[in-house]
Amino acid sequence: MRKTTPSQDFIRGIWNENPVLIQMLGLCPALAVTNTVKNALAMSAATFFVICCSSVLISTCKRFIPNEVRISAYILVIATFVTLADMMLQAYAPVQHKELGAFIALIVVNCMILGRQEAFSAKNNVYRSLLDAIGTGIGFTIALVMMGGFREILGTGTFFDISLFGPNFEPWVIMVLPAGGFLTLGFILLAMGYIEQRKKAKPTETETEAVEASS
Amino acid sequence: MTEEIQVTGPDTSPEQEVPIKEPVSTFRLIATLAVAGTLAGLLIVLVNQHTKPIIDKYKAEQLQKAVYEVLPGTDRYDTYYLVDSSLSMTLPENAKESEYKRVYVGYDADRKLNGVAMSRGESGFQDVIMIIFGVDTNTGKLKGMKVLESKETPGLGDKIFKDMVYVNQFFAGPATPLIPVKPGTGKGLPGEIDTITGATISSKKLIEIINHALEEWKPILDQGIPQTSSDSANAEVTP
Repeated sequence: MRKTTPSQDFIRGIWNENPVLIQMLGLCPALAVTNTVKNALAMSAATFFVICCSSVLISTCKRFIPNEVRISAYILVIATFVTLADMMLQAYAPVQHKELGAFIALIVVNCMILGRQEAFSAKNNVYRSLLDAIGTGIGFTIALVMMGGFREILGTGTFFDISLFGPNFEPWVIMVLPAGGFLTLGFILLAMGYIEQRKKAKPTETETEAVEASS
Repeated sequence: MTEEIQVTGPDTSPEQEVPIKEPVSTFRLIATLAVAGTLAGLLIVLVNQHTKPIIDKYKAEQLQKAVYEVLPGTDRYDTYYLVDSSLSMTLPENAKESEYKRVYVGYDADRKLNGVAMSRGESGFQDVIMIIFGVDTNTGKLKGMKVLESKETPGLGDKIFKDMVYVNQFFAGPATPLIPVKPGTGKGLPGEIDTITGATISSKKLIEIINHALEEWKPILDQGIPQTSSDSANAEVTP
């Protein structure tokens, strides 16, 4: 297995292997609940909680989970934390819970979380797994808030419920519709691809080289 | 955050009791999942016991607030249950409160009947839309309406309670019954409500819910509300 430093574990999820923008994982919530920044943040917070707790727990008990049942065990752990997050949101943040509706429960099937458990927590210690989870969680948050920002500004003319363009603004409604999610994601990926291409064209930096080669 | 990490603590220790063997026995596979499942269940039950009262309390408060909101000018209200197709303030013995349909009868400061609030839920576009609305039994006009529960598409279906132009149409005339029309095609008939473009199903459903609720309750309310304390205009006083 390749060696990475703790800081690389942390950074990787935020940029080089951003779950949504590079790995294309967790696209369901990224498309579904990013119509406003608030919803994107609430979803990110719930996902962040679930991925951190699951990573810590799974890397702690990885020795006791037989290989044959590991996926079921991981899903069980993730589902438990999602249920907890669901109940706690309902008790302490009922408004956000109402806004996100069924998508909180659907965090269970966010393949980004299961992916990190399978690819990282199952093979690394608690400290590294937590770093990886935090990094991935932040990367997910950045992607969602970015999409939520674009879609809210264009689709409703507000940012964080604050009106930006005054009453005469005709909102571009399609941006808050599912189609707008795909459009936004497409344009963000286009920009990401462009940046990557520019990076490659430049005289190679050893660090990017190393990360790319290893992945 | 610290609390969550603490509650996950016990998860790890009992799993250590599972013996580690090579090759992995069937028993161990089952035992691992059984232990994990049991712990998961315990954890969920524990948190549920903690959060359920908070959630229930919040829901009750929301309902109470909603009744005052949909019946503006209400000073106090009574809950009437539908027992054997007539209204009653008391339930039969050993009856489960949640199994009975109910209306909330609001009185103003002069103890006059102010209106009746009723809640009803039906499947919308995504999931059940639960609403509560208040109706003036004298004029048949809606006095207020509030969506209690809705998982309709954020940004579109949720316009049924965010789009005030749509919402305000409900209070224009008597609701007997309401007719959903495509915006711009209305014939100016009483009770016409323009649906919302992009949220046709949700906005039509809201109208249907109100119609169904009124259909169901009107015959019962027409029998009169058993009075306890007021001398209202259209309700019979029963001793």
